Amino acid sequence: MASWSARRFERHTLTRHTANWLLLMPALALLVVVLGIPLIENFYRSISEPNWTITNYTAIFDNSVTLLILWRTLEAALIVTAIALVLGYPYAYLMTRAGARSRAVLLAVVLIPFWTSALARNFAWIILLGNGGPVQELLNFFGFPNTVLYGTTAGVMLAMSQVMLPFMVLPLYAAFGGIDRRLLLAARGLGSSPAAAFWKIYWPLSRRGVISGIILVFTLTCGFYVTPALVGSPQDSLVSQLLAQETTELLNFAAAGALGTFVLVVTLALVAWANRVAGTASIAAPATRRPVARRDPA
Amino acid sequence: MAMTPVTEKDIRTSSRGTQIRLEHIVKDFGGASPAVNDVTLTVEPGEFLTLLGPSGSGKTTTLNLIAGFETLTSGSIFLNAADVGGLPPHKRNLGMLFQNYALFPHMTVAQNVAYPLRERKVARAEITARVRDVLQLVQLTGRDNDYPRQLSGGQQQRVALARAIVFDPRALLLDEPLSALDRGLRASMQQEIRRIHQEVGATFVFVTHDQEEAMNLSDRIALFNEGSIVQVGTPEQLYQEPDTLFAARFLGDSNVFDLGEPAGMTAACAEWENERWMLADGSAAAVGQASGRRALVVRPEAMGVCRDRGSVPPGHNMAPARVLDVQYLGSYRTLMLGFGAQHTPGRVRVDAGNRDYAVSDDVIAWWPPTAQRVVAA
Repeated sequence: MASWSARRFERHTLTRHTANWLLLMPALALLVVVLGIPLIENFYRSISEPNWTITNYTAIFDNSVTLLILWRTLEAALIVTAIALVLGYPYAYLMTRAGARSRAVLLAVVLIPFWTSALARNFAWIILLGNGGPVQELLNFFGFPNTVLYGTTAGVMLAMSQVMLPFMVLPLYAAFGGIDRRLLLAARGLGSSPAAAFWKIYWPLSRRGVISGIILVFTLTCGFYVTPALVGSPQDSLVSQLLAQETTELLNFAAAGALGTFVLVVTLALVAWANRVAGTASIAAPATRRPVARRDPA
Repeated sequence: MAMTPVTEKDIRTSSRGTQIRLEHIVKDFGGASPAVNDVTLTVEPGEFLTLLGPSGSGKTTTLNLIAGFETLTSGSIFLNAADVGGLPPHKRNLGMLFQNYALFPHMTVAQNVAYPLRERKVARAEITARVRDVLQLVQLTGRDNDYPRQLSGGQQQRVALARAIVFDPRALLLDEPLSALDRGLRASMQQEIRRIHQEVGATFVFVTHDQEEAMNLSDRIALFNEGSIVQVGTPEQLYQEPDTLFAARFLGDSNVFDLGEPAGMTAACAEWENERWMLADGSAAAVGQASGRRALVVRPEAMGVCRDRGSVPPGHNMAPARVLDVQYLGSYRTLMLGFGAQHTPGRVRVDAGNRDYAVSDDVIAWWPPTAQRVVAA
């Protein structure tokens, strides 16, 4: 009797296991074909052309222009991430405090960049930032005469920050939703000023959301192509423009593959590091959980 | 009352046995009536006082006003001589225990308990010593490095209790701290809170809607209804001598006889349906005081029951009733009664072994005039 039901149970889980894999298959197949194979091909080319060599990689470090562009990309991604965090944190906090209707409005406002076509959005920025545009007039008004942000890295970062804001706001909002606000009251009652209660309780509890937001914004900003190409200038190009140039103009696929692989590895390393920090420093929970006693021993 | 400017020192100096004085405090959230409406109350140093009342009666708002989580609309709050009405919560130096424990999930037990000491810049060595002592007091020695989620509900509330008393606050405010625990655990935590109150000797203000809990724990109870205090007294006073029908009904079971306007009432007797009842000396005074409806209240355990009027001992009041239901409760038996012509619902307690009465029997309930209470209805 027992073995019969156990067998039945096994067969049951086996079919479920297979069913889970079947459900995954379409997405997996797509990923293998459009992402996995090209990545491998890219990497293969970068070490096999013109012959088996690592010169494609050493070339990255021999070329001062490439290094400059890599550095500029990193810098831009860091600054955009910082801007998104500084703007997004209070914004997401406000969303948790607002009523249902205002929350919907706040969410819609932050999602508008998602819903507009990338081209329309970037051309809008060209007009906004261009000579005689509203941004120039605004800066004029605040005492920065004749400042044109169009064609500069600053302008590019401004435009990228707008697109990146939802990627910061949404994980933050999700993290804030899980924080019990009564903990802040408890901290106040235990002797914390409002600022101390924020930094010692709210901020550490929101850290997981902060790190998710940083990872999302940073990695996406590293790969921006359209915005720097349209709003920026060729003199200030970022790494994706360099890649485009290598592949579409110079047809140097091996060099492009090496550069792409390098950027991918650096980004993955950063993500792994951030995940580690998030895992150990935020909501601290040891991996092994003691079984919770149903009743007090006393 | 002379207003004295408050300094931090005023609040720090006498940590034990602080007197809490509420004078005409009002909190108006802009609803139909104020949440707390002109409450005046003095909690004596070292006293265990419970704010008891149904939900929405203003007891929790009163506690939050004392803690400083809500701001007063008017009135004043004194801790000893210091007027703290305008101080933010972190400057009042009061301990607070919440229903949901409110432990910081990213900190260990020891870090949680050390939190108020760190905020007060206490020296590291002293923090270690005091955390150890207070964890011993709440019987959680050895759990220092556990996280709150690894503890049971009762253990979490012990940590919260330790955290609320470790900095030697002027008083401890407890906001329904036991209502999330199951019944058995609640009883043992009540005992625990009583013991800790006796050991630390601080003033405790406890909020609950559970009358049994209030009776079990408190030196005195302040009974709340609709934003005001209805009656203040020891548990025994409130149970034996309720001033109002609300108090009589909220604490324990009561048989209530509506006497209407006191027209049919003299100093010596009262009329209800066709009955004439003798009044005891104490209740006679209450009758004469003010106009308005009156009710006569008798506790079920103070009533006797018999078959006919002739069996009622002399000098007792009586009322006819019909048995509507019989409930066997182990240590006693309850007869659910319908009194008089209207079958006014009530109950009387008889011995567990008494099987004399069955449903739809007609009986006579009787009680001594000293066991009844005339209250405003």
